[in-house]
Amino acid sequence: MTENITKRHTLIAWMEDKPGVLNRVAGLFGRRNFNIESLAVGHSETPGISRMTFVARGTDRDMRQVRTQLDKLINVTRIEDVTYNDPVMRELALIKVQATSEERAEVMQLVDIFRAQIVDVTLDSLIIQIVGKENQVNSLIELLSNFGIIEMVRTGRVAMVRGAASQTGVVDTAVPVNGNGHH
Amino acid sequence: MSEMKTGGQIIWESLIAEGVEVVFGLPGGAILPAYDDLAKYEYPIHHVLVTHEQGAAHMADGYARSTGRVGVCIATSGPGATNLVTGLATAYMDSTPIVAITGQVPTSLLGRDGFQEADIQGVTLPVTKHNYLITNIRDLPDALKEAFYIARTGRPGPVLVDVCKDALQASMPFTYPSKVNLPGYNPNLNTPDGTAVARAARLVNEAQRPVIVAGQGVSIARAEAELRQLAEKANIPVATSLLGIGAFPATHPLSISWGGMHGEAYCNYALQECDVLLAVGARLDDRLTGAFDTFAPKAKIIHVDIDPAEMGKNITIDTAVIGDALLALRALLPQVEANEHPAWLEQIAEWKSETSYRDILQQESDELVAPYVMRSLWHATGEGNGRATVVTDVGQHQMWEAQYYHHNRRRSLLTSGGLGTMGYALPAAIGAQMGNPDQEIWVVAGDGGFQMTMMELSTVVQERLPIKIAIINNGYLGMVRQWQDVFYNKRHSGTPLFNPDFVKIAEAYGIRGRSVTRREEAYDAIKEAQAHDGPYLLDFQVEEFTNVYPMVAPGKSNADMIRRPAPAMGSGK
Ligand SMILES: Cc1ncc(C[n+]2csc(CCOP(=O)(O)OP(=O)(O)O)c2C)c(N)n1
Ligand SMILES: [Mg+2]
Repeated sequence: MTENITKRHTLIAWMEDKPGVLNRVAGLFGRRNFNIESLAVGHSETPGISRMTFVARGTDRDMRQVRTQLDKLINVTRIEDVTYNDPVMRELALIKVQATSEERAEVMQLVDIFRAQIVDVTLDSLIIQIVGKENQVNSLIELLSNFGIIEMVRTGRVAMVRGAASQTGVVDTAVPVNGNGHH
Repeated sequence: MSEMKTGGQIIWESLIAEGVEVVFGLPGGAILPAYDDLAKYEYPIHHVLVTHEQGAAHMADGYARSTGRVGVCIATSGPGATNLVTGLATAYMDSTPIVAITGQVPTSLLGRDGFQEADIQGVTLPVTKHNYLITNIRDLPDALKEAFYIARTGRPGPVLVDVCKDALQASMPFTYPSKVNLPGYNPNLNTPDGTAVARAARLVNEAQRPVIVAGQGVSIARAEAELRQLAEKANIPVATSLLGIGAFPATHPLSISWGGMHGEAYCNYALQECDVLLAVGARLDDRLTGAFDTFAPKAKIIHVDIDPAEMGKNITIDTAVIGDALLALRALLPQVEANEHPAWLEQIAEWKSETSYRDILQQESDELVAPYVMRSLWHATGEGNGRATVVTDVGQHQMWEAQYYHHNRRRSLLTSGGLGTMGYALPAAIGAQMGNPDQEIWVVAGDGGFQMTMMELSTVVQERLPIKIAIINNGYLGMVRQWQDVFYNKRHSGTPLFNPDFVKIAEAYGIRGRSVTRREEAYDAIKEAQAHDGPYLLDFQVEEFTNVYPMVAPGKSNADMIRRPAPAMGSGK
């Protein structure tokens, strides 16, 4: 049974781009004691709808709680656990490394192997940008740590399901309501 | 052609469009423009001035629970708004539809820690179903429309609308919106999934020892008749949660009372032994279930609820039926077969007689114990044609009320179950009486909790409400003292109370009252209060050390109840 196995899940949530929405989501994570490892949010293809990818640790049942509780937030329009859909998953990292001119060649070799990029160079440092799966990013970071990492930033995982079918966060739900009627 | 209206006017006219007749509140600087518009335009809305904003929120709550309509409370910024919080949290835990309107500092002062600024949207985020901060009058009409819609649909709950003072003063052309556009809101109004219903029906039909657990969702959906039909058709015993009391007649032969920490012992036995448990509109919280993984261990569990997030939240379930209790029961009814379950009902009857054998009221004594007061209250106001609504506070008296007052009518008990808010009873009763002027309303409160909001006696008098009040005066924060007795070696740390003379307190407000110290007086005193045309306070000075049984220790299984010693086994303490 996969039900009881604790592992990392990748979820995508679409939400109305309104003030305080992130606050609501983050507050819910905290209050419900959900175990969130990373979170990346930005615009989606639809104006007014933001898209958040987040990684949560837990069982399938835990994830059902995460999904259904998040879905109750009025500004969250849709939420999907894509863990079992084999999505494309990427992360971007900027890594500032200490490197003397002698070490630079070695660093550049690593950068090549990982198909990363050098986006800034000074006399004794480099900023390396890598886009890849988390384990690739992790390996590069590990190797670079031998040179001395001065500073680092990672975006957290973003994900998209393969194929032409589009996943959007838009649902049309305009409902006419009379005053004080029941439902 | 819409006319120009101020933000204040828009609030009142939106409320009128929503059918609101009464609001509970207390003014201050930031909300003043709205109060001024109420008087200036003489809107047909009755404003009940409270003594403390917590009372306003509980009044809106009592109004909403007793009428099924949205309750409205109103307060100023800062302390006015923060005083609402306990009431909002109470309503949130018990799914009560409330709209709270608060004034906020002008937008130019937002975020500058000006006088009476509090981020009430931030503060109430975890205790509201949704909330709004309105910085521009343009957004006010939609927010109000949405607030009422969100509060009352799906799983109901409180919604707060915080309005900056300048938005109250600004003007715009106004017509009340006829639509809400909430792409992210799904109140689950459709008939539940047919496959799930069929699965549920099959489980019920195959059951040898079925039990229904009815929660407040049944009453919110007004599904009491359908619940009863289902239970009678298949002869299934019905337990309720604390908030479900009244959803099924307590004196019905199939009623097995209510379960959990202080529920009836025989009910807990039935829950532990059943093979199919059909929970309808109950969220299966820890006070009902005991330790989650020990609850109903032999049962296949069917959970019917409008809130998908309740499915499997606490208890592992077998079948989830997501939807309104009324629609779900209607879908289930034709598929559930007639049945008898004689052996099972017999077994439960045996447990029941063992339970009543241990009943404190079976024991020889002439002391005025609180259970006796509750039973007398039932005889005087609830039995037969009695139609009283009881609003309780939180503590031992609350549990005894629920055990000894048999509620046969929907919504005849209002109580704070989820948050367990002391101070709830009096203001909630005021709200209930405002919404049901002809109803006989009783407050049952402890000497501790009553003092938390007793200043609302002034609101009782101001509104000329004939509310009857029974204080169960045991000189202690009784329920906490009981825990100290059981778990903390009887060290009564911080639980003995210094009490005022409650009858004199009542008199100070111009309310009649009397104290009751003997059993023989109890029934007559209640009758006297009932007959009095106006509010009346009874101070029942009860035996101090009586404890509530059964008791399930927190984190323990309902199978491990601490029982009141049986009389034949000697006097126990
Ligand atoms: C606002 C609040 N504070 C504290 C508690 C914890 N508490 C639960 S029951 C109780 C005792 C209530 O005492 P009283 O009102 O005298 O009722 P009794 O139990 O004696 O019937 C307390 C303090 C609570 N439920 N609510
Ligand atoms: Mg007390």
